[in-house]
Amino acid sequence: MSHSHEHDHEASAAISNRVKHLIGTLERRGILTESQVDATIHSFLSKARPANGFRVVARAWVDGEFKQRLLTDATSAVGELGVDLSHWAPVRIRAVENTHALHNVIVCTLCSCYPLSLLGPSPTWYKSEAYRSRVVRDPRSVLDEFGVRLAPDKEVRVWDSTSELRYFVVPERPAGTGSLSEAELGELVTTNGLIGTALV
Amino acid sequence: MNDVGGMHGFGAIDTEDAGATFHHEWEARVFAINRLLLKAGIYNLDEFRDAIERMEPADYLDASYYERWLAGVERLLVEKGITDNV
Repeated sequence: MSHSHEHDHEASAAISNRVKHLIGTLERRGILTESQVDATIHSFLSKARPANGFRVVARAWVDGEFKQRLLTDATSAVGELGVDLSHWAPVRIRAVENTHALHNVIVCTLCSCYPLSLLGPSPTWYKSEAYRSRVVRDPRSVLDEFGVRLAPDKEVRVWDSTSELRYFVVPERPAGTGSLSEAELGELVTTNGLIGTALV
Repeated sequence: MNDVGGMHGFGAIDTEDAGATFHHEWEARVFAINRLLLKAGIYNLDEFRDAIERMEPADYLDASYYERWLAGVERLLVEKGITDNV
């Protein structure tokens, strides 16, 4: 969308007023309050962090039993680590594991469903039409754009999220990390790794 | 228009664009309004997505991500008789 900066600024001011008006109306109807809106923003920004996902992956790398529980029932396994999964709707989480023979990548072709509590707010490109339309049709070309080059015989699975079931990828533990602590391992994990558009 | 899986012609992915969580304060407010309305049971997540899907394709493509959310919220509130048409 090639809007000029000035246009963006004006449009944004107009929308900002529209939103203010909307909050005022909803407040008068007794549906929500301005302070609830502020509290919701604050709570979301302080709790939904990709560090939650990094912690889960690091634990799975060092604790085989936890990993099994994670792959069987990620919603409750993630809860063990105290990650708050209280989205606005009942949401189940499923962990999909990368192996030497299989690479996983997640998308939401319908809109932009994403495990927010676990991975934090999604990257802008995850919500783009370009990513959502193509990764289900030609995942290898998409991964190539992200610099992920897979052996031709490696299977690629694409997981299309819904509002009730959201996926995240458990990357392979990198070679040569045997001496690292769980906390140090957590620092290796990236947001793209949890989406599948990076290897770690 | 929302359901784009498999469509052609959207071009390259801006892989460097992780983006700020919210680019403007109003975006955070739209996010929070939607979350509160869902929690209050005014509508559910499928209705919300459907409302965005019912945008005119040209409006959809011209709108930013949270503008689409706002349009969806406003539409549902009118349809549910909670706000008047603006």
